[in-house]
Amino acid sequence: MKLDDQQQQREAEESRRTTWRRLRRMGSPRWTRANVLAAALTVALGFAIATQIQQNQATGLQGLRQDELVRVLDDVNQRAARLDQQVRELEAQRDSLTSGADTAAQAAAQAQRRVDQLGVLAGTLPASGPGIRLTIADPAATMKSPLLLDVLQELRDAGAEVVQVGGVRVVASTYFSDVGGSVTADGEALPRPYVFLAIGDSKTLASAMQIPGGIVDTARRQNGSATVEELKTVSITATRTPKTPRYATPVPEPTVGAGQ
Amino acid sequence: MIPALGLVVGIVIGLVLHPTVPLWLQPYLPIAVIAALDAVFGGVRAVLDGVFNDKVFVVSFLSNVVVAAFIVFLGDQLGVGSQLSTGVVVVLGIRIFSNVAAIRRHLFKA
Repeated sequence: MKLDDQQQQREAEESRRTTWRRLRRMGSPRWTRANVLAAALTVALGFAIATQIQQNQATGLQGLRQDELVRVLDDVNQRAARLDQQVRELEAQRDSLTSGADTAAQAAAQAQRRVDQLGVLAGTLPASGPGIRLTIADPAATMKSPLLLDVLQELRDAGAEVVQVGGVRVVASTYFSDVGGSVTADGEALPRPYVFLAIGDSKTLASAMQIPGGIVDTARRQNGSATVEELKTVSITATRTPKTPRYATPVPEPTVGAGQ
Repeated sequence: MIPALGLVVGIVIGLVLHPTVPLWLQPYLPIAVIAALDAVFGGVRAVLDGVFNDKVFVVSFLSNVVVAAFIVFLGDQLGVGSQLSTGVVVVLGIRIFSNVAAIRRHLFKA
């Protein structure tokens, strides 16, 4: 047994040496026909390998098969569709942003209009426009606050939008009272003669003052006189600072458009 | 030795010349290269077996290349070109592996 093993080992060693010897013999540079042929073929192989590798790296669509081309085309189409979709979404977004900016500008303009409107109404803004100047002379000092209240009522009846009496801007809370010999408006003594400035349709206002039984008539009957001047431009410069109500709180409207 | 140098020289020539593969050859060149590699490994194995024959090497090299290219061509005509290419590559790859294994056993007895 042992002998057999040793023999086998020796044979294996022998064959291995033979193999290496063969390799060396073939490996030594000899110009035999076999070597030359093999060399020619391997040169061709190396050339082909390098060419193919470069081709593969540089290849565009032309090196692809039909089904691969179809797949590439599919991919491109899908990608184009996706990008189209994206373009549409972005355009919609841009449009909505643009119109949103428009809406915001409109809302701001509307708010500004409303502020102006309310400012004129509440007397926080100076105002100008066509109107009349009504001057009531009261040399006998017989006129009391009810008469002035009547005047104001008549003016409002005739469509006066903004009224100023003396230096006082007439607003919703304006009141007249008699203090001593003179009349006060909102606590401020009015100098004689009483001067009303009113903005509105000047013809209507003037005729409302001058109708029989109207203000001009009444003033004359009380030993005074009233003159009406129609003016192209009445400018009312007296303003008033609005007071925050202490007791009243607004009830919000339950409408949908309240957010605007 | 000379064939090994030839391989290197061929690669260098290819890199330097930077040739363009003609369109008709493009589907066949990669398969042909694999087939030729198979023939080369087979040749090395034959050298180690002591049965190397130059005629056999040249014929097997050329026939391997031609047959591989023909199979791919046929596959393209039949509409299964890519599948058949894969099959050829797999078969040749297996052969290359078995040849390399034989070479390894010869050289290292392992």
